[in-house]
Amino acid sequence: MKHSHYDVVVIGGGHAGVEAAHAAARMGVRTALVTLTRDSIGVMSCNPAIGGLGKGHLVREIDAMDGVMGRVADRSGIQFRLLNRRKGPAVQGPRTQADRKLYKAAMLAETEEREGLDIVEGEVVDLRINKDRIDGVVLSDGAEITAPNVILTTGTFLRGLIHIGDERIPAGRMGDRPSVRLAERLDDLGLALGRLKTGTPPRLDGKTIDWGKLDRQAADPDPTLFSFLHDKPFARQISCGITHTNCRTHEIIRANLAKSAMHRGQIEGVGPRYCPSIEDKITRFADKDSHQVFIEPEGLDSDIVYPNGISTSLPAIVQETYVRSMAGLENATILQAGYAIEYDYVDPRCLTRELQLKDLAGLFLAGQINGTTGYEEAAAQGLVAGLAAAHRALERERINFDRTTSYIGVMVDDLVTRGVTEPYRMFTSRAEFRLALRSDNADQRLTPFGRERGCVGDARWRSYAKKAAELSQLKTCLETTSVSSRVLAEAGVNVNVDGPKRTLFDALSISGTEFSQIASFLPEVNQYVDGRIVRQAEIDALYHHYVARQRKDVELLHKDEALRLPGDIDYVSLSGLSGELAAKLEKARPETIGQAGRIEGMTPAALSLLVAVIRKKEARDKAS
Amino acid sequence: MDTIFAQATAAGKAGISVIRVSGPDALSSGLAFGVRLDPIDRKVSRLLDGDGALIDIAFLLSFKAGHSFTGEPVVEFHTHGSQVIVSRVLNRLSEAGFRPAEPGEFTRRALETGQLDLSQVEGLADLIDAETEEQRRQAVRVFDGALGGLVEEWRSKLVRAAALLEATIDFADEDVPENVFPEVQNLLVSVHGELESEAEGADVRERVRDGFEVAIVGAPNTGKSTLLNRLAGRDAAITSEHAGTTRDVIEVRMDLKGLPVTILDTAGLRDAKDDVERIGIDMGRKRASAADLRIYLLESIDEPVSPLSPDDIIVLSKADRHVDLSMPAVSGHTGLGMDDLVGRVATMLSDRVRSTGTATRARHAAALRDGVSWIGGVLERLSANDIDNVDILAEDVRAAIRALDMLVGRVDVETLLDEIFTSFCIGK
Repeated sequence: MKHSHYDVVVIGGGHAGVEAAHAAARMGVRTALVTLTRDSIGVMSCNPAIGGLGKGHLVREIDAMDGVMGRVADRSGIQFRLLNRRKGPAVQGPRTQADRKLYKAAMLAETEEREGLDIVEGEVVDLRINKDRIDGVVLSDGAEITAPNVILTTGTFLRGLIHIGDERIPAGRMGDRPSVRLAERLDDLGLALGRLKTGTPPRLDGKTIDWGKLDRQAADPDPTLFSFLHDKPFARQISCGITHTNCRTHEIIRANLAKSAMHRGQIEGVGPRYCPSIEDKITRFADKDSHQVFIEPEGLDSDIVYPNGISTSLPAIVQETYVRSMAGLENATILQAGYAIEYDYVDPRCLTRELQLKDLAGLFLAGQINGTTGYEEAAAQGLVAGLAAAHRALERERINFDRTTSYIGVMVDDLVTRGVTEPYRMFTSRAEFRLALRSDNADQRLTPFGRERGCVGDARWRSYAKKAAELSQLKTCLETTSVSSRVLAEAGVNVNVDGPKRTLFDALSISGTEFSQIASFLPEVNQYVDGRIVRQAEIDALYHHYVARQRKDVELLHKDEALRLPGDIDYVSLSGLSGELAAKLEKARPETIGQAGRIEGMTPAALSLLVAVIRKKEARDKAS
Repeated sequence: MDTIFAQATAAGKAGISVIRVSGPDALSSGLAFGVRLDPIDRKVSRLLDGDGALIDIAFLLSFKAGHSFTGEPVVEFHTHGSQVIVSRVLNRLSEAGFRPAEPGEFTRRALETGQLDLSQVEGLADLIDAETEEQRRQAVRVFDGALGGLVEEWRSKLVRAAALLEATIDFADEDVPENVFPEVQNLLVSVHGELESEAEGADVRERVRDGFEVAIVGAPNTGKSTLLNRLAGRDAAITSEHAGTTRDVIEVRMDLKGLPVTILDTAGLRDAKDDVERIGIDMGRKRASAADLRIYLLESIDEPVSPLSPDDIIVLSKADRHVDLSMPAVSGHTGLGMDDLVGRVATMLSDRVRSTGTATRARHAAALRDGVSWIGGVLERLSANDIDNVDILAEDVRAAIRALDMLVGRVDVETLLDEIFTSFCIGK
């Protein structure tokens, strides 16, 4: 029987798994990535796109930590678009259509090249558990890998069940077997499991689409990439098509609702409200007689097309009829029917903020298994778990992503504190310090942190350090040069002519001011810096006052985060807590008062009660 | 959580005294006196000491959790109102392992269990401290939850506005409701107006809590002190009397037609020769100009006078010595014109409190104004159609919501609580 040893073993080669494996390997610990086949590394099971609102932030943060998703997406991006272009830089999200093949190839190459990372092909069927800690995994061929840290990223494979009409196919995704034995093993661990569902639209044959009839959406003329290391796309940029559902489409769907798996009541899992199936859209927004459908090519030389906006679980024959009711799709053939998939997830409230199980040391969970949806959310969790597992292997102190400095921190804290009631997707509105957590400054927020923790390589660090130095030089110069309001007003800055003298940085922070208006007041050497540095200074200045104002809230949050709750509180017997709150606290077992405060329905009253518990314990500890 | 106890009624001889026990083990407090109580119970019982001796025959009441003032299980001992009985009962409770309550702890628990919100706690404190009818009226409204109710309404409108803005941000690429800005603007305009008028009234309502100040001003020997003494001696009830911070400002606190008023007698205004007097005069001037209302006492009609505010009252003093009464006059000596003067002062002040707002503290006003200024900023940008930075608009609406949360104590609890509870005394 084969036997090998690693510091960290990652199960699953999806977005969470790859990012986790890379993160651990970058930290210099021996890492194995176990996947069914080498071919499934970097597969996009659903929409061939990366980024978007909130999601683009996550990718930038992963990149700032020297992760892989951003760079791979850049290499395969065929339609870069910056969303919310007109709504303030803080909420702008980079997004791209990705060429599936390019993405997979780039991801596999990155993974094969990564030093200290081995790819192991096989199916994990069991976990090796030694009392309250994990010490490895068992493969289906009987081989064993021992490791004190295991990261489980099984996506939708835990008891995955595909629905098309009344057809049901046990599968992790179309064409792949579900992981039933592993699911049974998790049952033994007594974890709280729930069931979620998600859906995917039918895939169309691009050769059968009448592209001339579709509206077009072009890529940005000045593409915004994900990685701080890149400034222009690698692949040719294309346009997407746009068509619309119409009254006839809606009629067909309505007439066949009874045949939809979701509407027949045979799916128990909860689906995301914000990514509804076409059946849901038509029943919930009955007054709308048309919905937009994006016709997205899956690659430069691929004929497969992804019609974004019509995910479904209707029978294949109905799918064909309603697809063909739309302009441009009259003769479209379906290559693969759309389907709904339901799967088990683990209640993330049983995890620490390092995504480690509270009750089983060394076992980490990341990705869809934690109730999230989306490649970016999965990859970001992979990063967290990979770093945490490596820290544990290296016996270093815990690595903590903070709500006040990253979307990653927001997501992890939300998950382990509040749990999920539907697949969790990142939104910018989830981040209370949104104006400080921008996609443009992800490197300023995280690259030094990552470098200090050891997961940022030399090349990245050199590039960042150069940018940081230039930026800081420009900002210092802006902050130390003052000009009278009259002169500023004459230059077109929106100030009162009789106002006081202002620094140029202050002038730049006034909404509407552009660097070009004030550049001439700077010493010559500072007038001609790199355009990217200028843009960064403009954005930093725009939000400067807001970020400064939020500093007080940040401090308050840190104060609450410093109040650590004892792990052994018996919430149920704490008098003064409502039964509902006690149950929620018992489930989440928050690590800090700050975290407790974010549990849904928490009252200031209950919080002060918890503070009292901490104080009492402190007094007791002091006395003894 | 400890079970706590304290005397709830005032110390001293009385018909009965009430001792309150609150906390998870409250019910067992009866056992310390040999009395078995049900969770909801009321009965007359013999209270026995540790050695079986009778302490008193008392009335015992028990409330179950969620149905008491504190929200916890509570037992009340209604004993005969002798301080000796009360101390025996308190000692016995202490021996039985219960803890004496800290100042304000019962109310604090009511807040912690969600029986009261922060503004209600403040209302309760004011209600207990109320000395005049207007103070009572105002406090009981706040205690009844009026402010919390308003905040809830404003808050839900702001949350709606914020949600609309967020929708345009997070769902830019999807089927977002067309143009959300008109609705956002409507919501904000209505909250803005209400916050503003509530904040305006808060100052005067704070005076109702703390008392109005009315200063008597005039040259030396115009009869200011006589007038003050007369006022103090009239049917207006004196509630306290103490010397001012300087030897030259005397304060008398009184109930003027339901309003709490402090009358200030200031040093006579003249060019003083010695330093001490000059300091006194300066002090008097400062106090007088900070007062809510001034009564200028003149010796003669020809005396020049420049009132600080149009509301200020000008009267001739020593009415008993004047014959010509072409202007209002008053005599502290004989009481002539006193009713008129008191009536004018009372009308002037009660006109100011006529609005029925509910914000009663500087803290409330500050939070309201904070909200007004955030919302005002957003409205300004909306009407200028400056909507490019929706992220910043949304942030300002969030800031307004946080300001309102401060009002009912939903955020920043610790600091606020400490400040509020230090002003409480035991048993409330």
